[in-house]
Amino acid sequence: MQGQIKEKAIALLRSGAADRVLGWKLGEFFYDLTPAVFRTPEEVERDFVFSVFSGPNLSKYLIEESKKEGRVAAFLKPCDSYSFVQLQKEHRIARENVYAVGVACDGMCDMKSIRAHGVKGVLSARQEGDKLLLETLYGPAEMDKRDALPERCLHCKSKKVVDFDEMMGENGTECPDCGRFDEVERLEALSAQERFDFWRGHFSRCIRCNACRNVCPACSCVKCVFDNPDSGVAQKAAASDFEENNFHIIRAYHVAGRCTDCGECSRVCPESIPLHLLNRKFIKDMNELYGAYQAGADFDSCPPIMDFRQDDAEPSVIYARGGDRA
Amino acid sequence: MKKLLKTDLDTLFQAIASRQTLYIPVEDAGKQAAFIPYAPGLVMSTALNTARSAKDLFFPQVESLVNFRMDGKHIEIVSAEAEAKPFVLFGVRACDARSFDILDRVFYDAEPQDTFYARRRDLGTVVTLACSAPEETCFCTAFGIDPAEPAGDVSVWESGDSCLFRANTEKGEALLRDLPLEDASDGAADAAKDAIRKITDLLPLKDLDLTPFGAGKTQTFFDDPAWASLSESCVGCGTCTFVCPTCQCFDIRDFDGGKEIRRYRCWDSCMYSDFTQMSAGQPRPTQKERFRQRFMHKLVYYPDMHEGLFSCVGCGRCLQKCPIHMNIVKVIRTLGEETK
Amino acid sequence: MQVNEAFTPTIVAFCCNWCSYAGADLSGNNRLSYPANVKIIRIPCSCRLNPMFVLRAFQRGADGVILCGCHPGDCHYSTGNYYARRRMTLLFSMLDYLGIERERTRVEWVSAAEGAKFAQTMNEFVETVTALGENRRLEDFRCKVR
Repeated sequence: MQGQIKEKAIALLRSGAADRVLGWKLGEFFYDLTPAVFRTPEEVERDFVFSVFSGPNLSKYLIEESKKEGRVAAFLKPCDSYSFVQLQKEHRIARENVYAVGVACDGMCDMKSIRAHGVKGVLSARQEGDKLLLETLYGPAEMDKRDALPERCLHCKSKKVVDFDEMMGENGTECPDCGRFDEVERLEALSAQERFDFWRGHFSRCIRCNACRNVCPACSCVKCVFDNPDSGVAQKAAASDFEENNFHIIRAYHVAGRCTDCGECSRVCPESIPLHLLNRKFIKDMNELYGAYQAGADFDSCPPIMDFRQDDAEPSVIYARGGDRA
Repeated sequence: MKKLLKTDLDTLFQAIASRQTLYIPVEDAGKQAAFIPYAPGLVMSTALNTARSAKDLFFPQVESLVNFRMDGKHIEIVSAEAEAKPFVLFGVRACDARSFDILDRVFYDAEPQDTFYARRRDLGTVVTLACSAPEETCFCTAFGIDPAEPAGDVSVWESGDSCLFRANTEKGEALLRDLPLEDASDGAADAAKDAIRKITDLLPLKDLDLTPFGAGKTQTFFDDPAWASLSESCVGCGTCTFVCPTCQCFDIRDFDGGKEIRRYRCWDSCMYSDFTQMSAGQPRPTQKERFRQRFMHKLVYYPDMHEGLFSCVGCGRCLQKCPIHMNIVKVIRTLGEETK
Repeated sequence: MQVNEAFTPTIVAFCCNWCSYAGADLSGNNRLSYPANVKIIRIPCSCRLNPMFVLRAFQRGADGVILCGCHPGDCHYSTGNYYARRRMTLLFSMLDYLGIERERTRVEWVSAAEGAKFAQTMNEFVETVTALGENRRLEDFRCKVR
């Protein structure tokens, strides 16, 4: 697959189907791939990489790239493609300027997960079946590929690329029993004090780097409310517990109904805050109260927060759902 | 040299903590190490380094400066400086220890002195811990830092089942004086140092070439076309600047709480779109200019102002934390290649 | 949770101009009393209520926040309160998820003719929030009144 994708990139440039290719560039090591734009077959030949570490979601870069002259080709994994569709729905991407190549995916590895399993100083990695064989500064190591997956791949909701001009590999299907709401349910069942302590334990470590916001495809506002001095909530750093909470509540709310659950926010957080648990709470609530909805799955459905029914539940419904009253 | 069995570390921590606040690296809710005030029961983390750098203890992300109370037309100015007490910072690595020298030149030795920073520096005792397990992202050696000889008021090595302590300054001696430590020979840490140097010889980044960079190189690099591709996928978050032990930009802001206006300072980031924005305009209009600013500062401007000293310590945090895996090593390699 | 006899909570009530604000006015005309610590903020429609306003109210000293609007189906702008209903349900559910006490937030539909319902609602809400005590989890210490 890896070699085929590189060849495809070169072929697209040579045939004129695309003027630029959006992909990943070789890093210092084997795992630190940077999203990059390739303009010539020579550049692709020299630097283009597609590997099991091509985790970063490229769809947000298409907002700017699709505005430029000519066509940009992009390689989109299933989770990337949901963001791609959602951004089209919001008229942020000029679809006619994009040549989307869908890429079948079996899960991407993440160095953070590998380190979290206690494997340090990794110099190289090779996949063999469902195992990862690693060379490290401290000798060879072996682990299950599953343990090297980031959270979002462990609970992959869909292996289906939802919009493409061309598909590489066989397109997959949705995964309805992935268990991505299990952790949300576990939290809902705790007492209010326990939930408060859990979230304070995480939010108090937030450094307001805005990485979550800046990589999020749903956060594409030209001027974010938190950068706007006239909004009343502009902050560069959280100067109180309240400000620490506020950013996350408001950001999760602003993307509610538009978040495709791509998992980039949790991947990039330097403090390892489980941000996906906030977005999944909104998704779970909306599914249960207003009918199952997946942002980015199609072009026609209306996000629950922009819709209503006359027999919607009253807000007091939350008193009867989950958790105790402590 | 002094020595202590690792199993007695907790007793040592209790002894230190009984007299002043003691910060040790502990695993936090995100399963990463962070400097946390010691309390009985807390276990020191074995991670290579804390996710946030040790500069936090001297230059915190948010610091109250002064409050203004309004009463009609009368303004009362009240100092809001946090009460400062002596503290010990235990477990600082060689890279972070060097960062204090870099920050001192900006805040402590400067005229006028940053008194908030200076006070914390005077009250803090730094106990460094030599790295027994460097990782592939480490490149402190490129900056002349020897992880086997960390600086600080006290240096500590792990060797077998013991820890070895050496006081380097008066402050360090004062700390070790009343602690339950045994004597050890001067060369007791040699084996540990050799083991560390064996690993640093294997580090993939050990041959990082800094010779193209340094003081006087502004004209060489400022207009390099490589800045465009290097900065292309930067998302403009502040992650690199906030985890970096030497980044030092800050903003001063006022918060109107209704009854009182609180003036505080907080970290700023050259990655942000309002960095150096003025009423006359924005001299760094796109991410390319801001990205260039960050690395020129570390590799050229700071050396210009400080006798050639680089403002990077090779801790590797930007390699581990950047969302799109851009970092100073890639910049050094790319620009260094171009000048050959 | 402790009942503090001396504690009077600060309540912020966002009232839509057409129904609930008029309902509040009617309760005043009829001399039906409700506590003075309920601060009414008039908005043109319940769907004007931005979740940021709710959080800001808590930040600036509110111990409880209530939204009052026209009954669903009777919105002066025909559909505003339907959106507000979904919005507030999701917001309150998120606040609950983060450990904020559920009883600190509420939505009540009050029409212009329901002066008695307005007063009764406010009295009940104040009693509930008094029992919860001061808002600690969403407070901003910098805004505490000195």
